Amino acid sequence: MQRLKTIMKITIATRCRVLLACVLACNAMAAQAGIGDLFSNETPEVRVADPFLEMHTGPGRGYPVFYVAGEGETIKVLKRRTDWFKVELRRGANISKRGWVPLNQIRDTLDLDGEAIDFGSVTRGDFETRKWEMGFAAGDFDGARTIDGYLAYGVTRNISLRLTGTQLLGNFSDGVMGTVNVVMYPFPEWRVSPYFTIGTGIIHTKPQTTVIQAEDRTDEIVNAGLGANIYLTRRFVMNFEYRRHTVLSSRDDNQEINEWKTGFSVFLGKQ
Amino acid sequence: MEDRIQRLSGQAVMMTARSEQVNAKHLKKYAQRLAGVVLLAGAVVLTAGFGVQNANAATADDLELEPLIVREPERREVKIERLDSENFELGAFGGVLSVEDFGSDVVYGVRAAYHITEDFFVEAAYASSTLGQTSFEQLSGGAQLLTDDERDFSYYNMSVGINVLPGEAFITDRWAFKGGLYLIAGIGSSEFGGDDRFTVNGGLGYRLAATDWLAFRVDVRDHVFKSDLLGESETKHNFELTAGLTVFF
Repeated sequence: MQRLKTIMKITIATRCRVLLACVLACNAMAAQAGIGDLFSNETPEVRVADPFLEMHTGPGRGYPVFYVAGEGETIKVLKRRTDWFKVELRRGANISKRGWVPLNQIRDTLDLDGEAIDFGSVTRGDFETRKWEMGFAAGDFDGARTIDGYLAYGVTRNISLRLTGTQLLGNFSDGVMGTVNVVMYPFPEWRVSPYFTIGTGIIHTKPQTTVIQAEDRTDEIVNAGLGANIYLTRRFVMNFEYRRHTVLSSRDDNQEINEWKTGFSVFLGKQ
Repeated sequence: MEDRIQRLSGQAVMMTARSEQVNAKHLKKYAQRLAGVVLLAGAVVLTAGFGVQNANAATADDLELEPLIVREPERREVKIERLDSENFELGAFGGVLSVEDFGSDVVYGVRAAYHITEDFFVEAAYASSTLGQTSFEQLSGGAQLLTDDERDFSYYNMSVGINVLPGEAFITDRWAFKGGLYLIAGIGSSEFGGDDRFTVNGGLGYRLAATDWLAFRVDVRDHVFKSDLLGESETKHNFELTAGLTVFF
């Protein structure tokens, strides 16, 4: 019995971790916007349009300016970290400097044909047309604490599919829950965007070891809920959600459970 | 882009205007010549009745429009989204975890972070350790609170970090490294003694970048959870000190 319990425990824990790993991996793939792009990185040459361009030693405001590129000079853009760009400046045969410049300085840079470059800073419009959303949430599930990891895929501006893995941590029992939901946004263009959701999944609960009680249970679950996304800034979104779950147990009565949660997510990609 | 569209549409308008001008000019010329041709033809028909074809052919040659050439300049479009972006950080760490009542033990784990802005990042971590014996177990002689399996401790968490006090750190006169302190807090779950426990973590760390892609990190973290393993349900503080390497990609 003890052995069986241990095995069960391992499977649940493993499932939970596998789900988390999946969420992270999908997130990574989404951010790279297609595998092909991974191997076809470009290092475009651009022309400085501002009177000068300050080159920092690192990708952050705390790192000192060590060199300055002048107006009309050509620089090569090597890579990007958050809103900082690593550039290379060559002056004659002897001088070659590599440093980091922030988006707000390089934004007005022109391409070699003299055209403005679209550096694509993130706005609320991008949130509206997001492809991937990934986040975590914490909440209350009938008295138990919950931790959610979720991944959502935007099918259209109004509909997305959300995969959620939840760990339930109660005083008397633990559990895991996996759900797939369809989320509908009637007003995707609002900063505070309400949504409705319906979904289904599986819940597995087990009593705490200090509680002497019946064995583990696995049940199907259906849910309906409503919530709101709040666009904060850049790629950050906060959300609040209420879901009412119906546990389709083998007992006479179905169990109704209220879940409240608040989460935090980042979005990536474009539809 | 908008600029470009405007410019292109501007060019288009100019071209249309120009072609209209050209058309008007040619039309005028054409009308004049047509009048000439009609008169001439009339005269020819009236007088001799031949040579009309020749006159017409000569006029058609004159009327032929020179082709309008539209040359689109060759574009070298800069695609910023195809730049190599290094916002992910992945790494391993090891150190010491002190679990309340169970003493301090070696802990090792992995973590993955995504840098959203210069200031904020989100991070997921997983680590494991093996718990020692409680004082009770040591003093009582043979009594065992947990089986060996139940002494396996593991946690995972999801946290938000904020970079503070970024700057260069100097190691002797020769080397300056990019570094910065960060504050981090999050939620997760700790598993030991057969149960999962909701865990809140918080702490601070220092990240020292050896190169653009390799960083060294030290972390001090407090993992807080409630446990009733020893009878009453109590809040337990579990401090952790770790060091590790991460790569950016």
